[in-house]
Amino acid sequence: MIDKTNGLTNSDFKILDIVASLPNLPKGAFNVRKNGEAAARSVTENIDISNKADGTGIDIRIKAGTVDENVYIPVLLTESGLDETVANDFYVGENAKVTIVAGCGIHNGGSCGSSHNGVHTFKVGKGAVVKYVEKHYGEGTGDRVMNPSTVIVLEEGAVFELEAVQIEGITSANRNTTAYLAKDAKLTISERLVTSEEQNVNSNVDVYLNGDGSKLQVVSRSIAKDNSVQVFHPKAIGNSACFAHIQCDSIIMDKASVSSVPEICANCADAEIIHEAAIGRINNEQLLKLQTLGLTAEEAEKVILEGFLS
Amino acid sequence: MLKINDLSLRVGEDNTEIIKNLELEIKDGEILVLTGPNGGGKSTIAKVVMGIAAPYKGTITLDGQDITALDVTERAKLGIGYAFQAPARFKGITVKKLLTLAAGKEIPDRECCGYLSRVGLCANDYLNRILDGTLSGGELKRIEVASLLIRELKLAMYDEPEAGIDMWSFNMLVNAFKSLGRERSGSLLIISHQERLMQLADRIAVIADGKVKEIGTREKMLPLLTDLFSRECIRTK
Ligand SMILES: Nc1ncnc2c1ncn2[C@@H]1O[C@H](COP(=O)(O)OP(=O)(O)OP(=O)(O)O)[C@@H](O)[C@H]1O
Ligand SMILES: [Mg+2]
Repeated sequence: MIDKTNGLTNSDFKILDIVASLPNLPKGAFNVRKNGEAAARSVTENIDISNKADGTGIDIRIKAGTVDENVYIPVLLTESGLDETVANDFYVGENAKVTIVAGCGIHNGGSCGSSHNGVHTFKVGKGAVVKYVEKHYGEGTGDRVMNPSTVIVLEEGAVFELEAVQIEGITSANRNTTAYLAKDAKLTISERLVTSEEQNVNSNVDVYLNGDGSKLQVVSRSIAKDNSVQVFHPKAIGNSACFAHIQCDSIIMDKASVSSVPEICANCADAEIIHEAAIGRINNEQLLKLQTLGLTAEEAEKVILEGFLS
Repeated sequence: MLKINDLSLRVGEDNTEIIKNLELEIKDGEILVLTGPNGGGKSTIAKVVMGIAAPYKGTITLDGQDITALDVTERAKLGIGYAFQAPARFKGITVKKLLTLAAGKEIPDRECCGYLSRVGLCANDYLNRILDGTLSGGELKRIEVASLLIRELKLAMYDEPEAGIDMWSFNMLVNAFKSLGRERSGSLLIISHQERLMQLADRIAVIADGKVKEIGTREKMLPLLTDLFSRECIRTK
């Protein structure tokens, strides 16, 4: 049930493949947004996608008990000088089990900046299991700015896995993730960031562990090259008998700068919160080992960086 | 044949000379074992041959070609390999990936397993393991050895392959070296303190204080070793 597919070209699909693994339109529910408009949409019996009445974005409603369905909501910006703000709300019914893929790709061939400010709010019902994948990618000559905000509200026993990847080519990004965890809810955040040239990224993660038995695991890995700047500010607030583990690991190269400013806060004697952070160069022993196998220094570096991000 | 000629190496801010006018030859198809006290310079010799450490004086030739100025990669491509005394750990790189890189080509799982079993690793369990802190020291060490066994080399250098390895795996390792020795396809340099590895040697050299203190055939050296080690001049610098 495809409403429209107009306006999606081969080069659009090339970017869609990078950000959402969509070499063509998928089966099931999806909404492809291109340059501020819905270019293609499909819904299923269990997953409904509708425009918000005020035109600010879309509502995605997933029925309780929906099992093993996917929703794709990629965004494309291919015109220079676009500056858009989108608010998408996800309502995931109780005990549903779904994968949501939301990539954003900017191809800016012009000289004006293009920016996408996406606010994604997830209301996840009791016992639901969600995997949310978000990839950001940019290419072209003009500035590419992405400011994703993600708000996650997990009801009792809900499980949410957030996989955020900023592959390359984003000039500037301000990432804000806020989550509220009820009893026995579980949130896993895995973040992969690569910056180069003069790029900068700020990543703020605030997680409120409000219910007993709630769990948070954050694994952030980043590579900063050239003159790029990365700032991480993960914050876990334990208001219950909860467990949180935050791990930030960065490889710094060239003249880049990386700051990791963790904040852990316990308001309950039974909260257990751990933070680990490391920033360092590419390990010289790893480089040497690969060179003794016949790889050049450049090849060895590539293998190490790819492994680090995998 | 690999030849080290009048080679000296300095390290550190105070320029301490840790290899001193070294002369050493490794013949084609030969198994040469380097042994000697801790800190004597054995690993440094292997690293200089591999191109990891740079001498300030002297030359190294491989089959008549002067390789002194070549970098690690170039020497690796000429067929020199080194299994580190303390192998590196990697985040996100699997055992299979390392073995593939070592072989320089895609190799079927079955073949990878073959090399892992030669060092006593129950192969299938390990192929997809990440080479990070989750592997035990002995496991990592044996994977390091396997990453050299899989390569076809003119000169393979193993730095204390026995270190941290259990007795059962050590037996496998001895057999692996035995068959390498029988094939005589390349030369083997084994750095070891283990008598059972010395038993495989054609020649044994005692390295102490950055020099070759004694070198000779296994038959000549083995009886000498007990005596040498008890002598003060060898035990302490
Ligand atoms: N980069 C360095 N800076 C300072 N000293 C060094 C350096 N590398 C090696 N050395 C010193 O050189 C000497 C030889 O080291 P090497 O690692 O070659 O010894 P080894 O014979 O392999 O010892 P072991 O049996 O303990 O492995 C040691 O005293 C060591 O401390
Ligand atoms: Mg050593």
